[in-house]
This record gives sequence, structure tokens and C-alpha cells, in this order.
Amino acid sequence: MKPDKQLPHESAELHVSGEAVYTDDIPELTGTLHCALGLSQCAHARIINIDLTAVRAAAGVVDVLTAKDIPGTNDCGPIIADDPILADGLVQCIGQPVFAVIATSYEAARSACGKAQIDYDELPAILTPKQALQEESYVVPPMHCHRGEPEEKLLSAAHRIKGELSIGGQEQFYLEGQISYAVPKEKDSLHVYCSTQHPTEMQHHIAGALNLSAHAVTVEVRRMGGGFGGKESQSAVFACVASIAAHRLQRPVKLRLDRDDDFMATGKRHCFYYQYDVGYDEAGIIQAAKIDMVLRAGYSTDLSPPVASRAVCHFDNAYYLSDVSIRAMCGKTNTQSNTAFRGFGGPQGAIAIEYIIDDIARNLGQEPLDVRRRNFYGKDSRNTTPYQQVVKDNVIYELVDQLEHSSDYRRRKQKIREFNKHSPVIKKGIALTPVKFGISFNVVHLNQAGALVHVYTDGSIMVNHGGTEMGQGLHTKVAQVVAATLGVGVSRVRSSSTVTDKVANTSATAASTGADLNGKAAQDAALQIKARLADFAAEQYGGQSEAVVFSEDQVLVNGSAVRFSELVSAAYEARVQLWSDGFYATPGLSWNQETLTGNPFYYFAYGAAVSEVAIDTLTGEMKVLRADLLHDVGNSLNEAIDIGQVEGGFIQGLGWLTFEELYWNDKGRLLTHAPSTYKIPAVNDCPVDFRTTLFDNENQADTIFRSKAAGEPPLLLSFSVLFAIRDAVASVADYQVNPKLEAPATPERILQAVAALQSMDH
Amino acid sequence: MVANLTGTLAGLPASVNDMTDPQADSNAIRLIVNGTVVTVTNVDPTLGLLAFLRTRLQLTGSKEGCAEGDCGACTVVVGELSGSRLTLKTMNACIQWVPALDGKAVFTVEYLRQQDKSLHPVQQSMVDCHGSQCGFCTPGFVMSLWQVYNTHQRKNTRASDPQLRSALSGNLCRCTGYKPILEAGQQMFDLPAVAFDEAVIVEQLRQIARPQALTYQFEEGSFYAPSTLTELTQLRRDHPDAVILAGCTDMGLWVNKQFRELKKIIYVGQVEGFSDIELNEDDLRIGAGASLTDAYEALQGVYPQISEMHERFASLPVRNAGTLGGNVANGSPIGDSMPWLIALGARVVLANSQRQRSLLMEDYYVDYMQTALREDEVLLSIEVPRPVAGQVFRTYKISKRYDSDISAVCAAFCIQLQDDLITEAVVAFGGMAAIPKRAGNCEKALKNNHWDENTLRAAQAQLAGDYQPLSDMRASADNRQQLAQNLLYRFFLESTATHARDNAPLSVYEVVS
Repeated sequence: MKPDKQLPHESAELHVSGEAVYTDDIPELTGTLHCALGLSQCAHARIINIDLTAVRAAAGVVDVLTAKDIPGTNDCGPIIADDPILADGLVQCIGQPVFAVIATSYEAARSACGKAQIDYDELPAILTPKQALQEESYVVPPMHCHRGEPEEKLLSAAHRIKGELSIGGQEQFYLEGQISYAVPKEKDSLHVYCSTQHPTEMQHHIAGALNLSAHAVTVEVRRMGGGFGGKESQSAVFACVASIAAHRLQRPVKLRLDRDDDFMATGKRHCFYYQYDVGYDEAGIIQAAKIDMVLRAGYSTDLSPPVASRAVCHFDNAYYLSDVSIRAMCGKTNTQSNTAFRGFGGPQGAIAIEYIIDDIARNLGQEPLDVRRRNFYGKDSRNTTPYQQVVKDNVIYELVDQLEHSSDYRRRKQKIREFNKHSPVIKKGIALTPVKFGISFNVVHLNQAGALVHVYTDGSIMVNHGGTEMGQGLHTKVAQVVAATLGVGVSRVRSSSTVTDKVANTSATAASTGADLNGKAAQDAALQIKARLADFAAEQYGGQSEAVVFSEDQVLVNGSAVRFSELVSAAYEARVQLWSDGFYATPGLSWNQETLTGNPFYYFAYGAAVSEVAIDTLTGEMKVLRADLLHDVGNSLNEAIDIGQVEGGFIQGLGWLTFEELYWNDKGRLLTHAPSTYKIPAVNDCPVDFRTTLFDNENQADTIFRSKAAGEPPLLLSFSVLFAIRDAVASVADYQVNPKLEAPATPERILQAVAALQSMDH
Repeated sequence: MVANLTGTLAGLPASVNDMTDPQADSNAIRLIVNGTVVTVTNVDPTLGLLAFLRTRLQLTGSKEGCAEGDCGACTVVVGELSGSRLTLKTMNACIQWVPALDGKAVFTVEYLRQQDKSLHPVQQSMVDCHGSQCGFCTPGFVMSLWQVYNTHQRKNTRASDPQLRSALSGNLCRCTGYKPILEAGQQMFDLPAVAFDEAVIVEQLRQIARPQALTYQFEEGSFYAPSTLTELTQLRRDHPDAVILAGCTDMGLWVNKQFRELKKIIYVGQVEGFSDIELNEDDLRIGAGASLTDAYEALQGVYPQISEMHERFASLPVRNAGTLGGNVANGSPIGDSMPWLIALGARVVLANSQRQRSLLMEDYYVDYMQTALREDEVLLSIEVPRPVAGQVFRTYKISKRYDSDISAVCAAFCIQLQDDLITEAVVAFGGMAAIPKRAGNCEKALKNNHWDENTLRAAQAQLAGDYQPLSDMRASADNRQQLAQNLLYRFFLESTATHARDNAPLSVYEVVS
């Protein structure tokens, strides 16, 4: 049986009726206390004294915790132990948690936090990636990926372009803020409801902070109100604090962050600063590329090293780079510790090469699409990435050809040129940009998953797996896989909460791998049950067990059709095991973090987009007039869900590159810390003309039903918006000059870019 | 028990369904939640509606995404009687205080399922169009769409795409990119119709209507909801330390974000006639209590030039709750109404218990967040002169995002032209100084000059002397200065008959692919 490609999200009816239960909606147990965090007000300082007398005396306050109250390890860093749960003597960012207040109500806990007296001895602060580069302030040593002879090839190239570029960060802005609800249980154990993409890591950090064994801590998540990477590692501090308090007081403790605190305390997408030096020939084909990238890691390591690795592995995007040097530096700054966000460095790596190609095309006076095409990876040659993986599933030519046609790219571009001639104030621009995105965690061992499938005697089925649901439709897809494998309607299958006492040692739901890994694991479990049922059916009804067919809630065996539920019930009575575990490990992966080489990706996902924009040369205002997206999700498990990922990723990327601006003042205080000041796309940012198509393809790799991951890659489709804006700006100087346009391309930056060209004119 | 309930409340556990006479305690707050009368005592006057719904009534469908009225995850619909009719409006529950809802009806997402438990067309179309992903924002969207649905059901019409976008301007979704939600907003009209039974709600609202003003007290907190202007000005006189509450779209944040403890609150929302809007021979008089929605709608009838400002002023739920009077009285340097009100020569009318006085809007603002309002006065109304022949007026807003953003710069220009001679000029900006402020030098450079490029350049140059704007997260000082000059240029292009643009567009919002 095949999955229904238009099946709605398994929780859709619960979402629209308000009945879907998020962590804060779980009925509170009697005696529940509420926790809030006191945050550092200094970017970098030694704490001389903390006076919490007034906090303790405030109405409703039950307890106050500082670092010394943590019985176990005061750390929640996912890779390196440099991430204190509560600051211990040193603060390194405005917003870093210093103490925790536990009170009888949410409001009491929050208002008491403001009554603390903390004396700081201020230290010099590093506030930008550029400054980190100058001072060589890094959280881990620089990384370097190198192939061929870039230095020599730069000298021999016909043309050379050098430049620098800054691309801003981005707040995840999951609609549901960070939250944990810890409930003490018998025999020194805890059950923690946590909005997290990584229950297993939460389990380990909580156990570590409390000196407990992992088996004493159960972490559960039914669903998140969005994650986007922000709840991969950074849900830990809240899970730990709630658990420490609950364990200490032996009362249920809930820690829910107010939006402002969430902005101030948690990491975001890394902003990047680049310096590049690229040689190319008359046709715009890149002969050599050197790039240094500095990312804003923030005050601790968190996930910055793998983010940097992924940026290195995506600098090529869809282009063959014969001679190349890519360096990445994780700049330690006294700002929020940056973390995962959809794309995980991939978008920041790839946008640099797109910017460079855009430069090259304009320098040569050639159509950027042609220059892009000439640089695409070859199918049989010119197909090895800088990190030595051979690209075997390249469909970028076909995909871009199709989009060029369906979007009417060239004719529209001509029309835009005409329009601009007669429109002195409003200028239009258009761009087509491609995407190639590697799927799998770079770190090989993370590419594993487990699942449990239970078939009950009434024929209903429960599937549990290690992946978490954050809106991406993972539970829907996994239920569809199980239903299709057992030949039953999907309504028979229920996905349950992700809980660490069911499937153990899970990986984060991240890197777009959720359905690939957990779908395969669930299929493995379902196939084992199916095999047992087939054997049983053949025993009962005769024939070969291999010939038994499971379809449409029936089992066809030796000429008879038996209802699935009937067979199951009979199998139970015959003592056949009707549940199974399943496991999956992605084959063929390798990665050397020292040399930055290997086969880190099981396959690549492809896509391309055309965006058309209008800008106002008097004000810098911008509007996306039309967007055409064509994206490769292989043989989709669920087209409705995948289109949702493609459209949503595009709009999220549009926000990142245009008006989502993180602004720190010169003290290192983030001033854009709520939706009043930090603007994510709203309804009028969705283009009136918005066309999304899935590319007809089948994954060459043996993935679940030959599908491809859909979570992160579509975010990169939004590059087309930035380059369409750049095209519009370039019209001001008749396309002769490369405008400097950094992201986010706010009205101010667009106006600056326009003004720079206008002043050159005179 | 904090809440005593009568009737059946959708989604409520029966144990709190305490049968109480709705008229029993005249000092208790009475409101209707999802068709059930709820009597509330023993809560702080600044208890937010969202917290009340979620933690006291266990109605957890409405979500908290920001607690400042900017994300819409807590959107509910609030019904009020206006005469015999029920008016329904979306609002952000996170920044509404429960006592201000006395005598009103609140509808949450839990209300929508039909008797047989099937989904309402709004909900069904959201499912069918895949309008939810993580689902956290969804109840808010559903309520905004429900309001659109009911409005159009009443009139037997359908919403256009721009109408839907306007209605959803206060709902943020981080997952979908909005397209499927907009599609659901169309498809909901194709499903079998479900009518909203107004009569029942109207009857309930009549039952809880209050014969005299509400004075609600809890511990040291007092909440006064006077019903006449006399009561209001007397309360103001007797309690100069009280805060005046209208739409709560700003003061909600004082409590949610700044933990301010407000002991005395005078709520103007029940004062008779306080939100009236009158079109007189010379002016449009807007009562200080008129919602931004109603005020802008009336003003747009007189000055169609403000239609874009209307759409871009905050979001629909904030415009529904917030008042023009509150926007003016607040004295914020970045409010979007003041520049154009100043440019049009609007006056504010202030009243105490003895007398009224009126002054020009520009004289109302003294310094940063300081106004000419005396401590015994309330803002009574805003009077906007009607257009006169030869007047050319425009107002512009520049912000990072189109919907619901705070201006980097807000500009208003109003000139009086005789042929091409400028006889009067008022130029006012927000975001350029500590208060909404006129550009005196620029005005001088315009006045008594011909409206040509020379005058334009001279006037542009003067703006640099008129303002020394600040740099902040919305824009740099240089950018603000540049915008001010360029917006004057845009005004020039829009207001002169022959200019360089040859009817080319002057706004990105008026072009299509």
C-alpha cells in the first residue's frame, strides 16, 4: 500500500480546535511551583556579590537557586563542557542565567527576579565576529578544508574578485517558548515534560546535574510549538533548572520562559562574516576560491563546531570548485550562545558562493543564470565536492531547466528591464538561485534511530520512535510508513509521545533526518511483525508466507482474504509476538573532522527558486511580487506536508535575509528581543503570486519509499529574494556595478545600497 | 473558588460549574465566556484575560506566544452590545484585563465545535488546506478567521484576499508561510454554512448589563469603571494617582513585562458617549474612547489618504482594542497617528470636573513621554478639521515590516496650494525627535514659495536643522534623516501635476509582477 500523499497532519483537528496539548497545557498537579530565571545584566564580568535577600522575601517565593545549589555537574553543553546551567562567578553574556526563583505562581517568580542585587566587576567584551577574528577569540580551533592549488590558480585566473560580506543571524521564534515541567517521582527519579528536539540529551544533562543515573530521568515530549533547531541543545538549561528545583523541593516545578527572556537567554542562527578571494575565467567559471568565514558562536561552544562544518560543506552549494580553500572560525563573543537553526550553517555557507557568482556575472555583464549553470557540478566529471564526496544524484540541470521555463524567467527579466527604464523611483528585480543540500548528520554515529511498533489484539497499532514532533509532520509520516508496511488504513495507527523510557539513546530530531531515520526504524519494526504474521497466516491457511499480501486492512493468503484484525487476534492466541522494535543506521557514511573530508551525506536534496521583487529607491521598502519554487523531495511520503515545508522554509528564509534583524547595542544588550522589535514574516509578506511545485524525482539512495528530507533545504530557496533585491538595486547604475547588499536587507540597507550607487553616478 | 459559573461552559470541567445568580454580587465582575455567565471575584484587577482563561477556567486552547499583543496566539473574539446589536471584534487576550471585560462576551477556540462535535467550517478548512504545522498559533488564526466568517455570513458575502490579509495581520505563524491559511480563509465559505446565534448572546449580555458603574476591589487594588463623563472626571479629581485605562494595548505590557503594580485604575471603556464619533460641519470629532478601528474608518471617510496607515497601524486586534485617544494621550514619540493629526491641525479636548479646554495637538506634547494633560484631566476627544479646497495631504510610514511594525519614521505633510504657490505648510514627523514634532524650518522653506524642485531642495535641506534623530534598532540617525528628506520628495512627486515620474508607481505596495 502507498501512503496518502494529501493526508493532513495527524494533529490537525486538535490544532484547529485548541485541543492539542503542549507542555504548558498539561493539567498542573497539586502543589506545582513556578520557576523564573534571573539573567545577567553584563556582557562580560566577574560576579563580586549576589544579594538575593529581597528576592527571597518577595511575595510567593519558595526558594532561590544559584550555581552552588546544583548537586551534580553545573553544565549543559552538548559537545564541550563550557555551558554552565547557572553562572558560577563569571558571566559572559547579557541574558545568561545566573539564578532561579521558585514561587507559587508564574507572575510571582518572574517579578521577584528583578529584586536581586548583583555586583559585577566588568571585563572587556567581544561583541562582533570581526572583533573575535581580530583577537583570535575562538571556542574551538579554526577549521580548514583544502583541495588543489587555490593560491596558484588565483594568480593564473583571467579575473579575480576579492570582497567581504556579512550575513546576519536569526532568532528561531518558535511560537511556543522554551518550557519544562519536572515532576518528582518515587525512588529519587523524575518525569520531565519538556519542549525539546532532543529528549535523550535532556535526560543526560538532568541526570548529570543531579548526580542521578540516566534511568532515573524520563523525558517526554508529545509535541512542540515549533523548534527550528532552537530546542535541540538549548532546551537543556531549562530542563535542568526545573529538574533541580523539583528534586530539591520534591514538588512539581514548571519553568516557562517569557518571550523576552527566551530571546535574551537562548542562542540563534549564527551571523557570519566572510572574506573571499576568487578567480574565474571569461565564461565566469570559477578557477579558484578562497574563503574565510567567521561565525558568531557566542559565549560558549554549544553546536558551533558542527554548524561551522556544515557551512564548510555547503560553501560549494551546487557548484564545482576545483581548487579551493575554506576556513571557518567559531568566534567567541559575549553574546547569546548561538545554536542550531534550520539549515545549521548550510545556508550561511551556500549564500557566500551565490553572492560571489552574482558578483562574477555582473562583472562580466553576463546573465547570472548562465554563469550559475556553467559552474554546476557535472554529472560524470567535475563532480567531487571540496570535502571529497562524489555527487552521484545530481538533478540540478533538469530542475533548473524546468523552473526557468515554468517561471518564464527570461521573458519576465526583459519586462523588468523595460519597466525599470520608465520607473525612476520603484525598481524591480529578479533572480533564480539553486540549492543542493547534503542530508545526514556530519557526525556519523548520530545517524541511527529506533522505533517500537505495537499491534494490539483489536488490530489497532501504536508506533513510538525517537523522533520528536515540532510541526514538521514527522509523526504523520511515520504513521503512514507503518500503515503502508502493514497494509492498513492510517487511522489504525497512532503515534505516541516521544519518551526516553520507550526508545533509548535517540538522536536529536535535526538535520532534516527525522523521517529518513525514524521512518526506516519504524518500517523495520513493522516488517518484523509483518513477517511473523505472514508466517502465521501461511501456517493457518496454507501457501507460502512470502506470498501473503497485506493490503487495505486485509491479509490475502492462499486465496483467502482475512481481516487484519481477525488475523491479529488469532495470532495472539497462537502466541505470536505482535510488537517489535526496529532499528536503522544510515549506511555508507564517513567523516574526518580533522581533514574535513569523507562521505558525510547519504544523498543530496535539490531545489531552485525564482523571486521577483520591487524596491523603493527613496525609502528602501521592498515587496516580493512573485515567487516560483521547484523543490526535490524525492518520492514524497506526503506531498501536502512537504509543500508546507517548502513554502514555510522559503518564507522563513525570506525573513532571515530581509527584515529579521538582531540588534545589539554597544554594551552587548540585544535590543530586538520580542515580536514588537524583532519582525518575523507576517501575512502580507507571503507573495500574492506564490507557486510551489515538487520536482518529479525518486531518491537514488535507498531511503524510506525513496523519499528525500524536506525540513531544511527549502530555506535556501529564499536566496533568490536577496539576489532579486540586488538585481533591482543594480538597475540604479544600469547593472554596471555590483551593489554591496548585506543581509538582512532591511529598508535601511537597501537604501544605503541604492545611495552608494547613486553617489558613484555623479 | 475564583470563578463562579452559571450554565455550561464549553470545555469546562463540571466541578466548577457553580450555579450562581448573575446579579447577586454587584461588585463582582460578570462576563460571558463561550456562552456561559462567569462571575469573578478575588482576582487582581490586572489579571490578564489569557491567564484567566488558561489557569482559572482551564481553557488552554488560547496560547501565550509573546504576552505583548504582537503574535496573536491568544486571539479571542470579544462581543459587546451596541444598542440592540452585538459587535464582535478580535482581541489579544494577553493584554486585556478581566475587569475591563465586565458586561462583555468572550469567545475562545473551545467555542467553535458544533453541537455534534464536528468542526466549524473555519476549522475544517484549516484542516483541509493544511493550515497548521506546529499548531501553536493555530487557535489564534482560527479565531481571526471565525470573526471574518461571521462578519461575511451576516452580510452573505465572501472575504477578498486583501480583506483576509488585513484580518490576519496580527497573527504570526512561523511554520506555514501563510499561504495555506489564506487558502483556508477562502475555502471556509465553500463548506456548508454554520450560523452564529447572536440572539442568545445578546440576551445574556442584557442579563449581565449593569445598572450603575462597576467599582471592583481586591486587596489594595481598585478598578473603577465609571459610566458617565461626570463620574469619570470626578474620579480623576479624587484619584490623581490612578492610571487611566482604555484599550490596554500599552498598559497590558506595563504589567506583563515591567511588573508594575497598579493600585488604582480608572477604566474609560464604559463611559457613555466617550467613544462617539461625530461628523460635524467643520470637523470630525472622535471621542477619546473610540477604538482605532472605528476612528480610522471614520477618518478614512474624510481623508482617504490615510488608508494605508490605517491598514499598517499595529494589527487588527490591537486596533480593535486600542483607542485613538490612548494613542494620542500616551505621548509616544513613535505613535503613527500624531504626525498626520498635527499636519491636519487637529485639536485635543481635555476635561476636568469643572471645565473643558482644547489645544492644538502639537502643543499637547511637551517632552519625551510628557504631555500637557494635567493630573485632574482626562482626554475627552480629538477634533480633526475637514479638508478644505487646495489642501494637499499625505502621510507615510516606513518600517521594516509592512504589517504591525513600529515606524522608523512616520511622516505627514499638509500644504495649501494656490495654483502652485504654497500658502500654508505643516510638516510633522514621528521617530525623528523625542516627541511627535513639526519641522519649523522646513515649513518656512515651503511657505510662500512655488512648489517646484528649488523649493523642494531648500525644504529638504532644512530638515537637517529641524531634527537630530537617534540611532536605534529601527534605524540609524542618518537613515532617518535621509528618509525624512526622501519622503518629502515622494510627497513632491505625488502632489505636483507634472513631474519626473510619468505616472510611474511611487510605492512598492502598488505594483504587481
